[in-house]
Amino acid sequence: MSSKMLFYIVKRILLAILTIWIVITVTFFVMHAVPGGPFMSEKAISKEAQAALEAKYGLDKPLMEQYVTYLRDIVTKFDFGPSLKQRGRMVIDIIMDGMKTSAKLGVIAACSAAVLGIVLGAVAAIRRNTVLDKTIMVITTAFVSMPSFIMGSFLLIIFSVRLGWVPANGASQGGLILPVITLALYPMSYITRLTRSSMLDVLGQDYIRTARAKGVSYWRIIFGHALKNSLIPVITYFGPMLAFIVTGSMVVEQIFAVPGIGRQFVSSITNRDYTMIMGTTIFLASLIVIMNLVSDLLYKVVDPRIEFD
Amino acid sequence: MFSANKPFSMHLDPDAFLPATEEEKAYISKMRPSSTFFRDGCKRLLRNKVATVSLILIILITIASIVLPMVWPYRYEAMLGVRPGKPVDSSYNNLAPFQWGKSELKRIEAGEQLFPHIFGTDAHGRDYFIRVVYGTRISLAVGFFASIIVLIIGMTIGSIAGYFGGKVDLIIMRIVDIIYSLPDMLVIILLSVVLNKTLNVENTIFAKIGANIISMFIVFGLLYWVSMSRLIRGQILSLREQEYVLSSQATGASGRWIIRKHLLPNCISVIIISTALQIPNAIFTESFLSFLGLGVNAPMPSLGSLASDALNGITSYTYRLIIPAVVICLIVLSLNLFGDGLRDAFDPKLNA
Repeated sequence: MSSKMLFYIVKRILLAILTIWIVITVTFFVMHAVPGGPFMSEKAISKEAQAALEAKYGLDKPLMEQYVTYLRDIVTKFDFGPSLKQRGRMVIDIIMDGMKTSAKLGVIAACSAAVLGIVLGAVAAIRRNTVLDKTIMVITTAFVSMPSFIMGSFLLIIFSVRLGWVPANGASQGGLILPVITLALYPMSYITRLTRSSMLDVLGQDYIRTARAKGVSYWRIIFGHALKNSLIPVITYFGPMLAFIVTGSMVVEQIFAVPGIGRQFVSSITNRDYTMIMGTTIFLASLIVIMNLVSDLLYKVVDPRIEFD
Repeated sequence: MFSANKPFSMHLDPDAFLPATEEEKAYISKMRPSSTFFRDGCKRLLRNKVATVSLILIILITIASIVLPMVWPYRYEAMLGVRPGKPVDSSYNNLAPFQWGKSELKRIEAGEQLFPHIFGTDAHGRDYFIRVVYGTRISLAVGFFASIIVLIIGMTIGSIAGYFGGKVDLIIMRIVDIIYSLPDMLVIILLSVVLNKTLNVENTIFAKIGANIISMFIVFGLLYWVSMSRLIRGQILSLREQEYVLSSQATGASGRWIIRKHLLPNCISVIIISTALQIPNAIFTESFLSFLGLGVNAPMPSLGSLASDALNGITSYTYRLIIPAVVICLIVLSLNLFGDGLRDAFDPKLNA
């Protein structure tokens, strides 16, 4: 590993830490700028009770002190404080509870999107300008132009309500099938288009012609030379894909009633559960930032041609 | 000049100095008017059938969404069953397409001609067709204005960073890097939650638009300019090394003048293309936020909020979800295809 590469990696990790810190800071101060504070929505509350509640959650202290405590608890104990609306539960427990389902949903969706997308993209590139290629491109263009809540609703209407093949409730047996499909279709289409264009680019390179000229078999060229190199741009999409799946899962879990973190987040927005909103935002944002970091570093490591700057 | 039969003679041939014949003049005169970059691009764009059809579709939808609410006999926020001084007539709620409310049926029996409710009415007895049209207008407006905001901010900051370089560039690009690595959707949700509560737009000119849309614009302005400014910075970095910039600098032009008169016009194709592709992005985000309940304020509809409202009655009133969904997909798809066509037509790197 060259020193340049090490420098780049350190720089990226520092940038990621800085980003997470900014997210925490912005989240904290922005949420505390809401007029009235978190207990305003509860009507008919006495002055004493209000003061007692604020003392209990540390809201009577100066803002900077609250901020330092909040930051310290996150860094040292991974503690986002108690939930304001789900009494007696810690935010991190609720998040971890939701993550059990959401992680399963997200990982299955991401893996199937990656595998199917790469296969479809490679097939479209190899069979360029045929009916097969055009069909794949038309379908993926349509999927890319469809918001995930619409896709989810349509799948729900067709497969649960009309045909009754799969349960509409995401918590029941087999209930994750439709949410996974809904979440996977957009990234799958995106990866298909990405793989196709980069594969076409690679297939036009000189080294492919050289390989063909020296008599390498067709499938070896496709798998050994072309596909391997055309997957490099796809790696950079893994970060954004996770971001999409995180935000997409909010909608999808809402539609299919999946008891995951996205649903918790949306209900915390409607309930104005401020600590929950802050905790979930910071948690998910850190997840996305870390995933972006990993996919970026992986990209640089996999492709030796890339310069470190 | 020199006569052909005496190639090495220094004698001038008087024939060479005769006035040109009409035939020769016709040969030199231009065969067709010279074409500009812009006209060339338009020609290429119109030759692209998919892009042209998309453009026509976008124009039709836009005109319809502006004109129809003006001439339609029903208003988007009017609950047809509610009359002042009378009990609420619930026969107007959840009408199927081309059905009538009770009092309307009476008026028809009396021989009156009434305009049909093409898509029926919603759960509050509001004409659904006009709500979809109005929602289309809102979604298009949000997409359009958000892109303009992004364009202005991104263009200004990007060109400053690109032209002045050095420390200015370094600082701006570090800020861009950080904003770029923020998870945009989460920040948008967070800011929308807070801005909805804190923005006080009553008694201002923005009161009619509503706090939610204003907060959406602020969020777009804060976050989405980064990719635009990166793009423009990259363009300007290469353009500022050109000789015409040097000559302009030598004659004493200010940086402002050079950016406005020389550099930005030269990246116009990049600017147009990325703005066109920004609009569907903004429409997507708007519909997503509306779906989470952070979008437009009721009773104002947007395509996203219409679809989200329709989810409650999905089993009995499926068409109410399908209609706005189809409109969103049509708009986004045609804008995407049109943007792709624009890129093919105007990207100078591709026509080499």
